[in-house]
Parts: sequence; C-alpha cells; structure tokens
Amino acid sequence: MHDVAIVGIGMHEFGRHDGVTGMDQGVIAVRRALADAGAQWEDLEFAFGGSKDAGSPDTMVSRLGLTGLQFINVHNGCATGGSALISSYNAIRSGTFEIGIALGFDKHERGAFRVRTRGDNLEWYGESGMALTTQFFGMKINRYMHDYGITQNTLARVSTKAFRNGALNPMAWRRKPFSEEEVLESTMLSYPLTQYMFCSPGEGGVALVLVRADRAKEFTDNPVYLKSCVVKSRRFGSFEVFSPHLSNEFSEGPTVDASKAAFEMAGIGPDEIDLAQLQDTESGAEVMHMAENGFCEHGEQEAMIQNGETEIDGKFPVNTDGGCLANGEPIGASGLRQVYENVLQLRGDAGERQVPNDPQTAYTHVYGAPGISGVTILSK
Amino acid sequence: MAQVSVQDTVLTGIPGEPRLIGGRCPDCGNHVFPMQKDCPKCTGDRIEQVELSTKGVLWTWTIQGFPPKSPPYIGETDPENFEAYGVGYVELPGEVKVEARLTENDPTRLRVGMEMELTVVPLAIDEEGNEVVTFAFQPSDNN
Repeated sequence: MHDVAIVGIGMHEFGRHDGVTGMDQGVIAVRRALADAGAQWEDLEFAFGGSKDAGSPDTMVSRLGLTGLQFINVHNGCATGGSALISSYNAIRSGTFEIGIALGFDKHERGAFRVRTRGDNLEWYGESGMALTTQFFGMKINRYMHDYGITQNTLARVSTKAFRNGALNPMAWRRKPFSEEEVLESTMLSYPLTQYMFCSPGEGGVALVLVRADRAKEFTDNPVYLKSCVVKSRRFGSFEVFSPHLSNEFSEGPTVDASKAAFEMAGIGPDEIDLAQLQDTESGAEVMHMAENGFCEHGEQEAMIQNGETEIDGKFPVNTDGGCLANGEPIGASGLRQVYENVLQLRGDAGERQVPNDPQTAYTHVYGAPGISGVTILSK
Repeated sequence: MAQVSVQDTVLTGIPGEPRLIGGRCPDCGNHVFPMQKDCPKCTGDRIEQVELSTKGVLWTWTIQGFPPKSPPYIGETDPENFEAYGVGYVELPGEVKVEARLTENDPTRLRVGMEMELTVVPLAIDEEGNEVVTFAFQPSDNN
C-alpha cells in the first residue's frame, strides 16, 4: 500500500453565480488546483468527478484537454465529493496510478432540495408532505435535545459561529455575521430549527490533486497526507433521512461507523485531532456529529459550545471555514470543500481564520441521504 | 364528497376505519412500512403483508413551517393559505416507528412519549371531486 499526499487544491467561490454554469465552476476549480500543484492537466493519469445537478463531470475533458486519462463520474448522494476522493485515494494507494485529481461541482435550484419520490412506489410519501430533509433534521435534533439536554440557544451559537467564520473566508457564500437573537427570531422552518440554522443548496466547485506520497516533494514543500478515507452506508436500526419507517431497534448510524474505521486506519484517536470540519446541514447536525464522530460524549456539547471550545481559537475548532451554514451545499463539491479547508489550515495558509499553534492533524465528515457518511483524516 | 386514500396500498379502510399496511418478516419477526418483500434486517425476501397497530407513542416530532415544493406535495402550497403541520415518528409497540403527519401543530402541545392514535387529514380535491386524505396521528384522549 502506498501513502497518498494532497499537493494541489483549487476552489471556485461558493454561493450563487448567475451566468456561470456548474461545469464552469468545476473547470475553474481544476485549473486552480493544477496551478497550486504546479502541475499540468496532461500530467494527470485519472480523475474522479462528482456532480448531482450540473452535468456529467467527464465532459470537462473537452475544455481541459483530450489527453485520454481515465475519467470516472461519481454520484453518491451527499457523499458524492467524499466518494470521488476515496476512489482517488484507493487508485493511488493500490499502486494503479501515481497522480490524479478528485473534483466536484454543483449548481442547485433555489430553496430546499426537491425530492423525487416518483417511480419508486413512494409517490404518496412526498404527496403527503413528508420526504423533506428539513423534517428529518428537525426531528433528529428534537429527540436529541430531549435525551441530552441541548438547548436552542446552543443551536443558535453554532449558527453565529458559522457566519462569523464565514465572514473571514473569501470563498464563503454567506459572509455577514448574525446575532443569536437574529438567528432565533428568523422564520421557524422545522421546529426547533429556524431559517438561519439551516444551510441552503448552492453552487461551487472544488478540486484536489493527489499523488503517491514519494512524489509529493516534486510538487510542493508543504504536502498534506491523507491518513484515512472512509465511506459507510447505514446499518439496520439507524435513524436516517427519508425513512417512512424506523426500526424499534437502535443501532449507531453510518457516521459512528465511518469515524471508528477512519481512526483505526489512521492509527490515532479523537484526542489527537487538532480541528474538524463536521457536516452542519443545520446547526443541530454539528452538535450531534461532534459526539457521533467521537470528539465528546452525548450531551457534553452543551457546555463545550457555550464555553467557546469550538471557536477558531478554542480547544477544538469546528467548521473553521463557516461550514455548510456559511458556504451552502453544492452536493458534488461539499465534502471536498471540507478537505480544501483542512489543507489550508495544515499548511498555515488559512489567513484570518488560521487555527493557532500550528495544527498537525485535521478531520472531515460528511453526512447525507440516504444514510451515508464519509470521513477523512489529514496530517502534515 | 367521497374520501379517497392518497395510496390505498399504504393507507386502507378509507372512508371509515383507516389502517396502515406494513409487512412482517416470518423469518426474523421484523416489521416494515410500507410493505416490501425484502427484509432489511435478515436479508430474506418473504415479508408478508400485515395491518399495523393504530395506537402508539410519539417518539420525535417537528413542525413543517413552510410549504413543501409541489411536485411532489399535493396539499396547500400557497404561502397565504398554508398552515404549518406536525410530522413525527410514532412508535407502534412491537412493530415499527411510522413517520406520519400529526394533527397537532403547536409545539407546546406535543411531547415525546405522548400516546397517539391513527386518523386521517385532508390533502387535496382530485379531478373527480374526491377528497384525498393521508394518514396522521392525533393525541389520544388519555394523555
């Protein structure tokens, strides 16, 4: 098995970009990642690309160069970006290739994701006013608050942190800080979650150039190593989005499974992680994912967040780039955006939002429909 | 006006006595909703159709505060006339937790653990003038 290094990162600004296609944003992200690596498109032996709503990624070869590289499209729900990355990781780790690119981009219609239940015998589910991702998140955090004493004020604090961090991130979509009162008093979308506690589907693109670790120094003096990369689907008894029924039995969700596997693969524990990007589709998700990923016990988040421990200068910074809340969620790019941020942080290039004291390790986690989680651990 | 089920293979007994149609695996006893042949617990494929219990306990809930997109939603989507509605999981003892509309939309009147029973709520009027209903749970009298 070969080690894998990230030697180039590129991103197209997240947000809304009228007149710029999703594919345009993907191509720009690729060109920026190549420039960052000092590499050329023709150097790449493979690409894994993901997009949900913005076209087939492999068609971008007609703009970047018809070099004959292996280009595989990846479509895996909210873990599309993470799945492009794990595919790239395995392609190098196995020794098949030495250099390639993982990329993702998207451009979604405005408003909550429209769920298509037609054709799978679940028409009645959407017709009846269920099958909304927002409802799942409201119901999951409502039960969690009941079980573990998380308050709505803590949910608001997650949002205010996200927008404060987003204001420091030139690539972020939402760059205006809000007060806790503004968050709590915004429209109640799905109790107990208000409008400013939810992220929105958006637009953007990210690309990462990966190489076999022994070649990293050809491209950069500052490589970041991918210590683990895991994608897990759900097991029987877990509580997932788009479930007309849940089992009365309980099992941990895919996040717990992916996290445990990632730590085992990296050979380190949660206490050795210096910062994390955790899926924050809404502010309750960030709270729950702190525990599901092993960074605290259930319920401890209340004090941690109230004490500021997850701020950029806190003991355990979470979502330093503003997360999904400030960046929005272009599905194909979202998981890769987290890795992009961690590479910046480990390089010491995160500018105003740089985590202090020279962080050495960083963690990413995505979660989404229909019950899938992707985790990576990076180190210098 | 006649009442019709949003999907009679899922919600039967309309009008009159609504029942949800699920399934039970004869190999492992696992229940599913809606009916499917394949068992996600034991990986068998012999699940048999059963009517689920009409009474249960509220396991979690939320309030849908904005009109869902249409399609797929067939209920009221005009923001002027839209009324928030509850959605929750109701745990049917020994069976499954069913996701359902709730008749209650006031957060102060919903709590985890309260007893609930099956009913229906109207969604829309179809082309033949029938009232299309879907299943919902309402708080039981003995809460």
